[in-house]
Amino acid sequence: METLILLLVTGLGLGALYFLIASGLSLIYGLMGVLNFAHGSFLTFGGFAGMEVARRIGAETWPQFILALIVGALAGAVFASLTELLLIRPLYLRHIEQALITVGLSLASVALMEGIWGADPIYVSGPPILNEVTEIAGARIPNDRFLLILGAVLILAGIMLFLRFTRFGLVIRAGVENRSMVTALGIDVRTAFTLVFAIGGAAAGIGGVLASQYFGYVSPHIGGSLLIFAFIVTIIGGLGSLAGAAIAAVIVGVLQQLANFYLGGTGDLIVVILLAAVLLLRPSGIMGKRAH
Amino acid sequence: MDKLIEFLKRPATLVGLGLIAVMALLPVLNLTIPGVLPGPTWSPGSLQLLALAMLIGSMALSYHLLLGVAGLLSFGHALYLAMGSYGLGILLRETNLTLLPAMVIVFGVALLAAFLLGYVSLQVTGIAFAMVTLAFAQAGSVLIRRNSQFTNGEEGLPLNIANVPDFLVGVFNTRNLYWVTLLVMVLCFLAAAWVERSRAGHVVAAIRENELRVRVLGIKPLMPKLITVTVAGVMAAVVGMIYLVLQSGTSPENISADLTLTILVIVVLGGVGSRWGAMIGGMVYVLLEQRLTAFARSEQIEELPEILRVPLSEPLFILGTLFILVVLFLPGGFAGLGRRISSGRRAKLKELS
Repeated sequence: METLILLLVTGLGLGALYFLIASGLSLIYGLMGVLNFAHGSFLTFGGFAGMEVARRIGAETWPQFILALIVGALAGAVFASLTELLLIRPLYLRHIEQALITVGLSLASVALMEGIWGADPIYVSGPPILNEVTEIAGARIPNDRFLLILGAVLILAGIMLFLRFTRFGLVIRAGVENRSMVTALGIDVRTAFTLVFAIGGAAAGIGGVLASQYFGYVSPHIGGSLLIFAFIVTIIGGLGSLAGAAIAAVIVGVLQQLANFYLGGTGDLIVVILLAAVLLLRPSGIMGKRAH
Repeated sequence: MDKLIEFLKRPATLVGLGLIAVMALLPVLNLTIPGVLPGPTWSPGSLQLLALAMLIGSMALSYHLLLGVAGLLSFGHALYLAMGSYGLGILLRETNLTLLPAMVIVFGVALLAAFLLGYVSLQVTGIAFAMVTLAFAQAGSVLIRRNSQFTNGEEGLPLNIANVPDFLVGVFNTRNLYWVTLLVMVLCFLAAAWVERSRAGHVVAAIRENELRVRVLGIKPLMPKLITVTVAGVMAAVVGMIYLVLQSGTSPENISADLTLTILVIVVLGGVGSRWGAMIGGMVYVLLEQRLTAFARSEQIEELPEILRVPLSEPLFILGTLFILVVLFLPGGFAGLGRRISSGRRAKLKELS
């Protein structure tokens, strides 16, 4: 029972990380049809930015750690907005080229970060309470899992509220639904494009800082390895659906942990099989509106 | 017969045959190309490098079928290369089969696997297809890393030479391997050309341009696409098998997404839709990669101020940036650039005359 609870909470924590990447991926794809291969780099860059803050002023107290999170989010958002403005915008509606250019960007940016910070992992520490454990029904659960889950829930709620109650949110939701109609009504969707990239980048940047707490280190390849599962989460959840991404992230994270423990380390394989099953039975994903 | 003569008289065919002849003669010639090859053309080191270049060229040809002909963006093509290399490596290590029967078995398995995985992944199109293929390759990578009793895990699987014919083993026989590789590349080129000109190839090209229209004409898109995906997968598996013999082993890096991305970069740089662009792009890439790594470690770079030195000492940064620039400013890749220059010149000549 203790093991099961530990696995469930850890799975939720991992799912939270997946969600932080998948939310941006899904929104970007839903609105613009862009598969963003550089999204992992946004996360890595956010992680490194947070690490730099922690190195300069420390991250032992909560205000310091929250500052690191904010800087990570800003770093991700700026990187993502620049990507949209400089690389994606000239290629609007040419989806394959847009995907290709993000591939180039991810190659170049990972190499550049490797050049700046080195290829080896850099170990980071956070507030000491994160290294302690909390006992729930006998299971000893590291506190950083709760931080991850809390972070993902707050971001999910934040994006949901933003989409629901602001004008930009309205434009984005309408754009995901039917972009040509929004354009025809005389609304400039390009601002919404940049905004979606910025939001996705910020979520990924926060994800980077949180991921470095979860793994205990940052390295240039931290984003790429999470990105693959975030892709899977996005497809299972349904491209363009935020709620779908959240549900799928939980399913994938928990399933992966359970299978790794009970089925002899087959977690990654189970996830891919789940993906194949979803594609065959329901190609549009859990919450997707139509087959792509 | 007339068709054959007509085919042989075409300039592209003549250039191709000439190139093959030159390539085939390299191991018996004593040429030095400083800065490109590590030694004279007959030396095993140069032949090894050239053979690797031809293998990557063949791999790019197989990817050309996916991206250039069918317009399918796959991020998991390395899976089939790994299937070939690991499949053959495991068969040679665990069984007493000799090279040829083992290759036939791996060929069959790869054919089946490419067909089945293609069937599942072709349920979706476009960007979703890219993600699904990526996920399959990821699963393959996990399988290889986890089952180390068969695959030797992270360390890579060495080639068991007990059942490999003698003329393919050893440094002195590199030239035989070189010729085998040349043959494989020519066959891959012909296979790609054959698929492109077959009915399935025409339908697939039509689907690439406008799938809805093909559906309206009453043609189901799945089968032609599946044929293309299967041929491309099998080609990659054959390349993988030769790779195993040439490099005396294989490693998990050969299934990483990075390899697929590299091939993708090659095909795009060479020019999407151009067979020659893909093949030559692959060969140039391997030779260039050697140079780029040497360049990144060279003294000129070391002396630069840090802000220039850091990016320039990362070969992948240069490659990624080059790739971005080509996608933005050279939509046809280098093959497209060549075509544009030559057609511009022809137009000028016409104006003059």
